[in-house]
Amino acid sequence: MTLTLRSIAKTFAGGTRALLPTDLQIEQGEIVSLLGPSGCGKTTLLRIIAGLETPDPGATVRFDGEDVTALPVEKRQVGMVFQSYALFPNMSVRKNIGYGLKMQNLPKAEIAARVEEVIALCRLEPYADRPVTALSGGQRQRVALARAVAPRPRLLLLDEPLSALDAALRGQLRDELALLLRSFGITAIFVTHDQDEAMAIADRVAVMSHGRVVQIGTPEALYRNPATAFVARFVGAAMPLGGRIEDDRLHLPGGALPLASATVGHQAFVRAEDVRLDPDGALAARVETVTFLGTHYRVALSGATEQPLFALHSGLSAPAPGDSVRLSIAPGAILTLPTEDRIA
Amino acid sequence: MLKSPAKLLQLLVTLLACAFLFVPTVQSVLAGVTANYFRGLSSGLTLKWIGEVWTLYSASIFLSIWIALACLVVTLIIGVPAAYALARNPGRLSRVLEEFISLPLAVPGLALALALLQLYGGYTEFRTSWAFILVGHVLYTLPFMLRAVLAVLAAIDLKTLEEGAASLGAGPARRFVDVVVPNALPGILAGALTVVTLSIGEFNLTWMLQTPFTKTLPVGLADSYASMRLEIASAYTLVFFVMIVPLLVAMQWATARAQRILQ
Ligand SMILES: Nc1ncnc2c1ncn2[C@@H]1O[C@H](COP(=O)(O)OP(=O)(O)O)[C@@H](O)[C@H]1O
Ligand SMILES: [Mg+2]
Repeated sequence: MTLTLRSIAKTFAGGTRALLPTDLQIEQGEIVSLLGPSGCGKTTLLRIIAGLETPDPGATVRFDGEDVTALPVEKRQVGMVFQSYALFPNMSVRKNIGYGLKMQNLPKAEIAARVEEVIALCRLEPYADRPVTALSGGQRQRVALARAVAPRPRLLLLDEPLSALDAALRGQLRDELALLLRSFGITAIFVTHDQDEAMAIADRVAVMSHGRVVQIGTPEALYRNPATAFVARFVGAAMPLGGRIEDDRLHLPGGALPLASATVGHQAFVRAEDVRLDPDGALAARVETVTFLGTHYRVALSGATEQPLFALHSGLSAPAPGDSVRLSIAPGAILTLPTEDRIA
Repeated sequence: MLKSPAKLLQLLVTLLACAFLFVPTVQSVLAGVTANYFRGLSSGLTLKWIGEVWTLYSASIFLSIWIALACLVVTLIIGVPAAYALARNPGRLSRVLEEFISLPLAVPGLALALALLQLYGGYTEFRTSWAFILVGHVLYTLPFMLRAVLAVLAAIDLKTLEEGAASLGAGPARRFVDVVVPNALPGILAGALTVVTLSIGEFNLTWMLQTPFTKTLPVGLADSYASMRLEIASAYTLVFFVMIVPLLVAMQWATARAQRILQ
């Protein structure tokens, strides 16, 4: 299904502007993630798409061109996975999954067959007849997903479906969820505040901040060409370099770096993996701490920039704290972006 | 277990308190099956008095059961949707409404009865029918039903559960039947048993409202104490116990069950 949003805004009763006018288009079969820090309006946008929240006047929500703005949630045929799962405690796993099919008044035999199909797909066979109260967090998450997809919704909406799980399980289920969503071939919107989750699951990521979508694109595009400082920080943890841009060079306390392109008034950012320990580098720095992370070392550096700078260093050995080192940063790896107050 | 004298003393006090409650009860019950109370148990045991109670007061017994069931139906029909509405719309107005519905708990039954008499006393048909008693009982028991259901509904994330059902295609009526009622059931059960027990045992209000045609079980009890021989009054007590004690036990059980959900 193609989803088209026009001028979606939401002002809550207390006057909170949770969402500023937002346009968004999602194509058939696409998996899009809404990524942003807590409170930026992700859930509000998702709930408006679902029909659980009414947008401010002037908004339109279209499903395949059809205007559904005034349609209540029960008529929209959307599948929803809630942050808290919202499984019915009075029903077994099977009954939960079959509930949406029952609402479509399908023949009993067909309901049973389709419930079995989804149970198998989500590998829930061993738990099918348990009450949902007797399941672990990961199992509940799968039941919530199974329940949402069983009626074959036009659109699947997931609100931080992994956030209720502990870290180890979250990583495992993230990859599992990515595979499952692809196997359903369904158009889906996935809300998260976790960059890794968004990148692992989504075809395109919409980065949100303070009630607006600041940039939308593939994970690679966001990573390589962030439109704003906020996106650069949020996707791939870019560090501000500070300093002064002059004559196509960035002047820092530890030396000057050539820039590929420069706009006056912009800020320079770099990611830790692009900061290299290099004896011929143009920047002088001092090693503060070194953390061994298995595949590489994370080195905290001072002196080169005003704020602490980190480098990811791969190799068999790393410098020791207190060492004086030189750094290089390739001109193409330096992101020059509008400052945060310009986007706000 | 009984190591310290303090523990022993505690046990003693508890047993004494129990005896204080039980001895008169047992005595009264025994009196109801004793052939002649003044000659004591040696006069023999008999069911004669219970038979007498039955012929004299069976109408009261049936009326009480009937009113209790009618009261249950009415409090369910009003109380469950009202609790649902209050749970779904938390806010100042809801709290004020809840307090308002709970008002009959604070007002003495006699005052409530007086108010009802002043308001409806002129409508003789209504005044002399069992429905008049029912109105009093509903006013008195409704807060218990409302609060029992509300407590359970407030403990679950009703809004999200309903949103889940709605996203799966369930309209408001389906959601009420499929999600709200089943999840409120422990509260409804606890409320229902409380309502029936209170209605069967209610005296203050009923005593004021009753007419010779609408005498309930506890009113009949007072009547028998005042005007019948002691054995009949005692047999009546026995009948009353047989009816009310199982209800009390069931109410305890259901309330404990609902409590577990709240934790
Ligand atoms: N029902 C509501 N009433 C008032 N304010 C709300 C309500 N829901 C959300 N908000 C506010 O709207 C903003 C966005 O919330 P939300 O969409 O839940 O953010 P996110 O899901 O990104 O964490 C927040 O400031 C939040 O406090
Ligand atoms: Mg949220």
